[in-house]
Amino acid sequence: MKIAVLTKAIPKVKSLKIDSSETWIDDSDVQYVMNEHDTYALEEAILTKEKLNNNSEVIAITMGPRNRSNQIMQEALAKGADSGIIIENDNKITDPLAFAKIFAEQIKDQKFDLIMCGLASYDLGSGQTSVLIGELLGMTTATFAIGTEIGENYIKVKKELESGYSQWIKMSLPASISIQSGLNNPRYTSIKNVMNAKNKKVIIKKVEQEVVTMQGFTKFFVPQNEKQTEFIEGNVDVISDKIISIFKEDLKLIK
Amino acid sequence: MILVVLENQRGKIHSFSKEAITAGQKFAKQFNTTLNILCLGENADSLKEEASAFSCDSIIIAKHNLIDTYTSDGFAKSLSDIIFDKKPKFTIMGHTYMARDFLPRVSVKQDIPFIGDLTSVDFKGEKIIFSKQVFNAKFLTNIEMDSSVESAILSFQSAAFSSGNIEIGSPKEIEIFDLVLKDSDVRITSEEAFKETSSDVDLSSANFIVTVGRGIENEENIPMMERFVNTVGAELGSSRPVVDMGILPKSRLVGSSGHTVSPDLYLAVGLSGAIQHVVAMKGSKKIMGINTDRDAPIFEIADYAVIGDLFEIIPEITKKMSNS
Repeated sequence: MKIAVLTKAIPKVKSLKIDSSETWIDDSDVQYVMNEHDTYALEEAILTKEKLNNNSEVIAITMGPRNRSNQIMQEALAKGADSGIIIENDNKITDPLAFAKIFAEQIKDQKFDLIMCGLASYDLGSGQTSVLIGELLGMTTATFAIGTEIGENYIKVKKELESGYSQWIKMSLPASISIQSGLNNPRYTSIKNVMNAKNKKVIIKKVEQEVVTMQGFTKFFVPQNEKQTEFIEGNVDVISDKIISIFKEDLKLIK
Repeated sequence: MILVVLENQRGKIHSFSKEAITAGQKFAKQFNTTLNILCLGENADSLKEEASAFSCDSIIIAKHNLIDTYTSDGFAKSLSDIIFDKKPKFTIMGHTYMARDFLPRVSVKQDIPFIGDLTSVDFKGEKIIFSKQVFNAKFLTNIEMDSSVESAILSFQSAAFSSGNIEIGSPKEIEIFDLVLKDSDVRITSEEAFKETSSDVDLSSANFIVTVGRGIENEENIPMMERFVNTVGAELGSSRPVVDMGILPKSRLVGSSGHTVSPDLYLAVGLSGAIQHVVAMKGSKKIMGINTDRDAPIFEIADYAVIGDLFEIIPEITKKMSNS
């Protein structure tokens, strides 16, 4: 079985600033990491391969600028992906469908049985990519997976629903599934695996098709405070007295 | 025309769908066009009964035995066919788990944009400016459609529109839409939905909730929090990352997949304030955050923003209150 894991390099969220174009973050001095939800997708793909115990392979795929893509690709390979595909792209595409069309076009020849990726990315957060790619490639799709069981020609997915509900569904392969956080414990890797990763095969692809967008980000801004917020600062003695006074006097929560 | 798609939530109209109707009424006025409310598949008839209390031009009922139970492929095919036939300018849903599950497929089938997770819309002359949160709620971005777009799908985040502003009335007509589906259109089967946790924790009735976020770091710090909540008389809640790390059980989760709460005071400790969390607690009467990061999104909705280290502040309050 051929399993793809889609993963994305995203900026560490702390201390980000908006750039001068006001349509993106200032990424001149930003550290990139693997999108957290994708770490669970990668683990689920590796666990699925281990369960199948046959000629299955896990292929990690990422799209973005070369350097940061290389970095997270090495992480995916070190954790257990068998090979990788980097789709080099420097364009900032903020139209989910345009992004998915490029992605699907680049991987359609691979004939994957299963695609797994994180529920959403922490940067754009559209949460559409896995479903769009699934539909573009004629696959079944499921989102919010909190458990999976691979079968002969199908996969069972435990879906998270709203308000504490869950549901099992059974879907035919090929399938594209977005993975919710917390369904497994992503493994750590060893120095040996990090070294081995360097010998694994990575295909570099370039985006040649024209990007046609129907929607896009036009201006970033910092959210306005919805409330009159009282800031409480100082040393721990001052802060704790103030909080206790709010509990007791202002809100009368405690007598 | 404007098309609002209702979602069935255990026999009732989903609360986000009512907000979507408010949105649809506003869009219909703005573009001087008709508002049509779609009751699709499972429980369409009872949704229609409930929706008949709202002002709209028509209610469309679309049923088929293959979509009596929701599946992403069955619903996507059905809605896609309806959009193809009706050509709505905007198709609107609440930004629910279900919307996220099947609307992208409709976007591909009709090759139209799905602009999702929206927090607001602004009409500026000919221009329509949407906005949504990005970078884990750190920023908002405006989104605009290309001028060539004739039809788009929208989903609005909870409270972008208020169901309190819904216009009461009745539909001018009821229409039955004949869906044509084949067995091969539905390749997914679903089992009954079930509730995972026997709920030993009742957060919904608590008047004081203290929720811990990623800042708690590890489970060794939970006893410190338990001493705190016992001293101040609060219930302990958890954010998603803390549940994922196995530090607190899912029965304590506050968020779109857990409890929705509105206590007198909601104290968020070491918690950034991701959207999935905020939607479930922003109805709290007062909100206090404790965080070292002055720019933490939680402070945007907080009445009290405490800038400091939870590992110093929490034990200090416990100590002072135990001594008094």
